[in-house]
Amino acid sequence: MNKVATNKQNTLAISPEEIRKLAISSRIDMVRRGWYKFSRNTLSMVGLGTVLLIVFLAVFAPWVAPYPAHAGPFTDFAHAGEAPSSAHLFGTDMIGRDILSRVIFALRPALIMGVVVLGLVVPLGVFLGLVAGYAHGTWPDTVIMRITDIFIAVPALVLALAIASVLEPNLTNSMIAVSVMWWPWYTRLVYSLSSSLRNEDFVRSAELMGASNFHILFREILPNFWGPIFTKMSIDMGFVILLGASLSFVGLGEQPPKPGLGTMVAEGADHLPDQWWMVVFPALAIVIVVLGFNLLGDGLHDLLSEEKG
Amino acid sequence: MGAFLEAIDLKKYFVIGHEGTVHRTPVTVKAVDGVSFTLQQGETFGLVGESGSGKSTIAYTIIGMYQPTAGSLLFHDLDLFGKGKTRPLALRKQIQIVFQDPGSSLNPRQTIRQILELPLRLHRSSSDLLTEVVRLLELVDLPPAYLYKYPYMLSGGEKQIVAIARALATSPSLIILDEPTSALDVSVQGKIINLLLRLQRELDLSYLFITHDLSLMRNVASRVAIMYLGKVCEIAEMSEFFTHPQHPYTQMLLSSIPVVTEEEERAKPVKVISTGEIPSPVNVPPGCSFHMRCPRAMEICQRVDPAMVSLGEGHTVRCHLFEQSQ
Repeated sequence: MNKVATNKQNTLAISPEEIRKLAISSRIDMVRRGWYKFSRNTLSMVGLGTVLLIVFLAVFAPWVAPYPAHAGPFTDFAHAGEAPSSAHLFGTDMIGRDILSRVIFALRPALIMGVVVLGLVVPLGVFLGLVAGYAHGTWPDTVIMRITDIFIAVPALVLALAIASVLEPNLTNSMIAVSVMWWPWYTRLVYSLSSSLRNEDFVRSAELMGASNFHILFREILPNFWGPIFTKMSIDMGFVILLGASLSFVGLGEQPPKPGLGTMVAEGADHLPDQWWMVVFPALAIVIVVLGFNLLGDGLHDLLSEEKG
Repeated sequence: MGAFLEAIDLKKYFVIGHEGTVHRTPVTVKAVDGVSFTLQQGETFGLVGESGSGKSTIAYTIIGMYQPTAGSLLFHDLDLFGKGKTRPLALRKQIQIVFQDPGSSLNPRQTIRQILELPLRLHRSSSDLLTEVVRLLELVDLPPAYLYKYPYMLSGGEKQIVAIARALATSPSLIILDEPTSALDVSVQGKIINLLLRLQRELDLSYLFITHDLSLMRNVASRVAIMYLGKVCEIAEMSEFFTHPQHPYTQMLLSSIPVVTEEEERAKPVKVISTGEIPSPVNVPPGCSFHMRCPRAMEICQRVDPAMVSLGEGHTVRCHLFEQSQ
């Protein structure tokens, strides 16, 4: 028996066509409102602009860089160690390579590092945090969170250094090293959020109706955390790149002759202060990348946390 | 056929800690301690009590959130906690709940459509969920434009209406209303109450209405049970309850309802000064749990917990005063 359905006549006040239009227009409204909120904050717009520029430069590096060949095995001792000029805006390094071109190309491994590390770390960390938080007080909670604590107790850079030095030094292994030490932070974040949300009435309501654990974890609980997760991802993007640069600074990242931001700073450090451009421009690139993602993260935070109302 | 819903000596104790180092004895809160009542089909059964009297625990036990410590709950003569730990879907569908705080009972990240679709998806075989959702909105007088709104775009009253619509989605026969209006403005309260009364008429629903607001109870309930510290003090028909309250605690509560007119003032029982606070449910006093605040307490009240005494016509009281007169 279906009391609700038989109660009213079989005519609806609204046609399926109108419902479809309604769905589209509310979606457009949401996007428009979100963009308005985001775009009013100058700093988030600066962050977004910086990030877009960095991505553009990295993707189109071979076409954008003035001397694409300089990103590989190239030497030109006639122009070695030149100060910034109109021909070489950022100057040249000790074997005559254009630093601007190498900085642009170095953005590629930096971004790949960030994307791959976060791509591995976020799903894993978030899933474990969700499960542990929802199972708050039972054994899955204890097991997951104590393992998390162990990983967090070891200093990040030391652990990454240890892993990267045991493995062969290259970009892939440095990404593995950073991933291993980064996931616990997402587990912690999501754990603290979900262990408090599990007692909300809407979660109870779904449980009482007989919804599956999968539905409760991924449809009821997880969507409430997109704000903090995206914010942390954007801010972490900068820090992962910074950590990647630290690893490559000690020779554990991208190997020469391929350009890495950290490697370039390390190589140039021998020639300070006279040939300052060799350090300053790659270092500046690191600062701008980290700052850009941080500002974007702040903007996302404001946007996504306000939406809850 | 037996009663629609029957609670028999229902008990729910919560273990809140342990005492002693060697012999660890659990410390329990007797949230519900031997409650019996019956609910008839189509009626609104009111459950009144102060905070901590165990009325919400009863609601959560009926809905299946808690397993009772002892006693039984029969729904159409079927034990709600009979077989296995999980309640079958067919039974879940029959009993639904509307929570007190509409701000917390709706997922802030889901549209009204998603919120209403969940129970439909779990309990119905209908293929056209969207039509069903629009029908539900029509049933509670919300425009279809609300389909794609998020809860934060709605007022408190509208959120509660959506929560009611969600409870209706499974075509239940019993809805537990856990203080459904206490988080709302008085003007909105009226609207919600009228909606609930209309739905009850149209869909032949039974309500278990939980509140601490006696004036509100007077407008909705057909029978009322008064709870004090996990026990029922008095159960009576609505009119009987307000005109001839028998238990000293009921008299105390009724005499403290604020009124506007002289007429109403005369209709109230003689003023009973309320003294003291409700004792902690961890440390319930021996004998009748109300004896320390009772103006008519006797010597026996401190020792013996009174039993339910019937005064006829569905009016029962748990007090020594009436045991003697019999």
